[in-house]
Amino acid sequence: MEEELLEEILASYRGDRGELVPILQEVQDNLGYLPEKSMVDIAKFIGVPESHVYSVASFYAQFRLLPLGRKRIAVCRGTACHIRGAPQILNRIEKTIGLKEGETSDDLEYTLETVACFGCCALAPCIRVNMDVVGEMTSEKVDELFPPVIEGVKNDQ
Amino acid sequence: MVTLTIDGKKVTVRKLSTVLDAARKLDIPIPTLCHHSELSPYGGCRLCIVEIKGMARPITACTTPVSDGMEVITTSPYIEKLRKTTLELLLSDHPNDCMVCERAGDCTLQELAYFYGIRENRFEGERRFYTRKDNNPFIEREMEKCILCGQCVRICDEIQGVGAIDFAHRGFKTRICPPYEKDLNCEFCGQCVAVCPTGALTGKMWAHKGRQKDIKEIETVCPYCGCGCSLTLHVRRNEVIRVSSREDTINEGWLCAKGRFGYGFINHPDRLTKPLIRIVPKNSQKSSARGGRSQKTLNSQLSTLNSQLFREVSWDEALVYVAKRLREIKDRYGPDSIGGLSSAKCTNEENYLFQKFMRAVIGTNNVDHCVRYCHSSTLAGLATVFGSGAMTNSIPEIGNHDVIFVIGSNTTETHPIIGLRIKKAVRGGAELIVADPRRIDLVRFAGIWLQHRPGTDVALLKSMMHVIVKEDLTDKKFIEEWTEGFESFKEGLNEYTPDMGEKITGVPKEYIIRAAILYGNAVRPGIYYTMGITQHTHGTENVFAIAKLALMTGNIGRESTGVNPLRGQNNVQGASDMGCFPDFYPGYQKVNIPNIKQKFEKAWGVRLSDKIGLTAPEMAEAALKGNLKAMYIMGENPVLSDPDINRTIEALKRLDFLAVQDIFMTETAELADVVLPAACFAEKDGTFTNTERRVQRVRKAVEPPGEAKEDSWIIIELANRLGYKMKHAFIEEVFQEAGKVWPAIEGITYGRIAKMGLQWPCPTLDHPGTPYLFKGGFPRGKAVFSTTRYRPSEELPDNEYPFLLSTGRQLFQYHTGSMTRKIDAINKISPEAYIEIHPDDAKQFGINDGKIIKVSSRRGSINIKALISDRPAKGMVFIPFHFKEAAANVLTGTALDPIAKIPELKVCAVKIEVVVLTVS
Repeated sequence: MEEELLEEILASYRGDRGELVPILQEVQDNLGYLPEKSMVDIAKFIGVPESHVYSVASFYAQFRLLPLGRKRIAVCRGTACHIRGAPQILNRIEKTIGLKEGETSDDLEYTLETVACFGCCALAPCIRVNMDVVGEMTSEKVDELFPPVIEGVKNDQ
Repeated sequence: MVTLTIDGKKVTVRKLSTVLDAARKLDIPIPTLCHHSELSPYGGCRLCIVEIKGMARPITACTTPVSDGMEVITTSPYIEKLRKTTLELLLSDHPNDCMVCERAGDCTLQELAYFYGIRENRFEGERRFYTRKDNNPFIEREMEKCILCGQCVRICDEIQGVGAIDFAHRGFKTRICPPYEKDLNCEFCGQCVAVCPTGALTGKMWAHKGRQKDIKEIETVCPYCGCGCSLTLHVRRNEVIRVSSREDTINEGWLCAKGRFGYGFINHPDRLTKPLIRIVPKNSQKSSARGGRSQKTLNSQLSTLNSQLFREVSWDEALVYVAKRLREIKDRYGPDSIGGLSSAKCTNEENYLFQKFMRAVIGTNNVDHCVRYCHSSTLAGLATVFGSGAMTNSIPEIGNHDVIFVIGSNTTETHPIIGLRIKKAVRGGAELIVADPRRIDLVRFAGIWLQHRPGTDVALLKSMMHVIVKEDLTDKKFIEEWTEGFESFKEGLNEYTPDMGEKITGVPKEYIIRAAILYGNAVRPGIYYTMGITQHTHGTENVFAIAKLALMTGNIGRESTGVNPLRGQNNVQGASDMGCFPDFYPGYQKVNIPNIKQKFEKAWGVRLSDKIGLTAPEMAEAALKGNLKAMYIMGENPVLSDPDINRTIEALKRLDFLAVQDIFMTETAELADVVLPAACFAEKDGTFTNTERRVQRVRKAVEPPGEAKEDSWIIIELANRLGYKMKHAFIEEVFQEAGKVWPAIEGITYGRIAKMGLQWPCPTLDHPGTPYLFKGGFPRGKAVFSTTRYRPSEELPDNEYPFLLSTGRQLFQYHTGSMTRKIDAINKISPEAYIEIHPDDAKQFGINDGKIIKVSSRRGSINIKALISDRPAKGMVFIPFHFKEAAANVLTGTALDPIAKIPELKVCAVKIEVVVLTVS
């Protein structure tokens, strides 16, 4: 399936060097990350060494070389959220789902990230789960959102 | 031109030069870490900063173009302070382990720290840690020492055209790595190691062998392919510990994996160290070839030396014995019952002595060497048409071609450094046409790839010529002035329409037309070819076709314009020049022309035979028939290199006497009555002639192991024992003697080629050598257009044997592997034989990648690992011939080209079967 999707994406490009970044973006939009196999094919398609594709993909923060969890949690670290307890919220989430910031669980259920601000300061402290913003976070809400026992993910303590 | 002032000195340089170039011209030192003259400017290390009047702040000299009236200051307290700070920053996360660093003493970073007196560092902070993961056997990457100068990245991309590494990540986390940060997996040319200014990249095999102290550096020539790269051997305590190459040489300092890392055979424990005489009669040796033709018997037969077969003897005993046996056989059966194979691995001097030994001492013209199996068809073809059979142009001229036509040559693997020149020319705007049945690496760089069926070269070339005539792209003036027979030749082209070409070759006719028009319109085109053209039963006709393509377009006899057969062995050109042929004396002078014979009789003081001798395959034939009784083989391994191994072994076993002189116990030496231990290239003085006719100096770097002796010494001793006085106080005398009988090299002396070789013809001491041939005409007068027709190869696939097998070489191994397969690092990267097979064919036969399959021809069968690859076309398979345990030449046929007697190693029919292995 991945291969077909990639083929479909590449079909709309000419195969120029300059198309590398747009191709990488489109592939990531569709697959959620940049699998090694797709980078190999992209390199072949635009006629550059694989090392060059990896170089570009690893340079930009927007590209992910590893798959993301199904639930992508972003905790806001903005000023307003910080004052209203974002560190505690982050800490709670880390403990609950057993991941550190920037990590993805082995079962690909969660990815935990932090962001500087997503402009919902009135609802501070807030987090975003995939596309949904959850405001006025509390420890209870964390437990509600992320049931504490998750199979396959080790829980600290 | 632009004039500027640097540190108060005026200098005029070309437009587009950089300030750094101008300063270097004035010999003003500016420190750099990321600059390399052959690479694009980078401006990364910031050490080359200079002050330029009118510019607000210091600026990097390596990236700033010069302009008229520019005033540059390269050194001031301010600049030096900045440079020192930059260095301190570079060193702030450096391990500073110079005490144990492999590159200490040869490290630019260390040298700069020394000059700027950096003992302590004001900056202390995070360190970058690197977990070593490279499992490759050649290149050690200690990336904590990397300063991110990017020279390795640029060299790999811009010079080698591989792009195996690049920068990854950003900011402080930036590192240089292979894609996905895996192990390095590349051509292992080590160009990156050569340019690395720190200890980040080193050779794995250099470790703990010695650094700069007590090292002798000896300039010599690479013992592998015909490129003739200069090598600097670093020697410590009689051991070559490292190889490098100077930039001011024919190879510009670049080497391939074999040249740079393939020196391990020199000090290998398996080297022959004492003369050996057989104690067990040959025919009682177990598993005789006559007993059967199964794979099993063959494998055990090709096993390594069984020391019970031979006993060690003194040189005196060995030489007396060889002389006695040769004399007995000569007396009983006549001189023509003895044959000799000389070696393209040995020096010119040794080859000269060898053929002189066979002719003057034994009295026969039965002398040949491996050129029979690679370029005898070139010699027959080009010598007939032009009057000389060497490369017409020189390696540096490759850069100025506007069109390069490579046919039947996997240049980047077989002649890697010439491959680099071709890639460089393509980067510089030259058009590349590749004609090859396989998707070889050069195809990546080619504008047009003609994937013709193996063995259809004549049809392909003729249909190109057809187009050239139709498009009126012939050079009428040239044809009129320098050739004859064109009109009738032209008529013969009528039938080779592009449609017909497409039908025979499988190449779409549009491609044929495009390639023909491109070549026909070119101003300075060069044709490059190797075994894909020559190793056919119609090899000579292939060469004729190439020669005619060049003639009809007038593309020969000018700079960067000509026909270039690339020679395979380091000194195959020299061995040919020195007359190791059954029909030529040194300098391609016919043995059966009376006054030439008289000239040599006078020079050598004996009567000579005017009977043309036997070629190598004819010697095998004669031995099988019982007409050839003895052979003297110097540095060749016909068991593996000749077609139809079983037959070769049988032929050698039939001999009454076989003497083999080599550096290792080769598969051929195992069949010998006497084995004489020889010195290798690093253990002797002399000259090699590379593929572009350049005679270069070979210098002794180490003493031979044990009692091994130089080949020249052995030949001279044997001659003297057979009653022919050979005496040479020093080896250059032999070269001078060769110059007396062949004037084309008379002007070359060791003194003149001390730094850089000279290209023959070089008839006088003040002659500068000849970079390209046939300026102002051909030696034989007018070149002749004779008509040849396309005919198919001898053995083509049929229902029983449906696949077409081509054999050839690969990058890491070399020929029969007697040198490269002794080197652990090379064996790790290229451990075993494989058969390349197209994915569709593999699917059809249910073959997975890595599966062992049985490949059989009418002559034998081998078991070999499948490598599924899109390199060969459907219906074609390819096997490299380096591996004795799955020797491609078990399968190949002995059908010969009727003119050159070269066997058809590139085409034979095979079948493949999946085998079930009981034990692995």
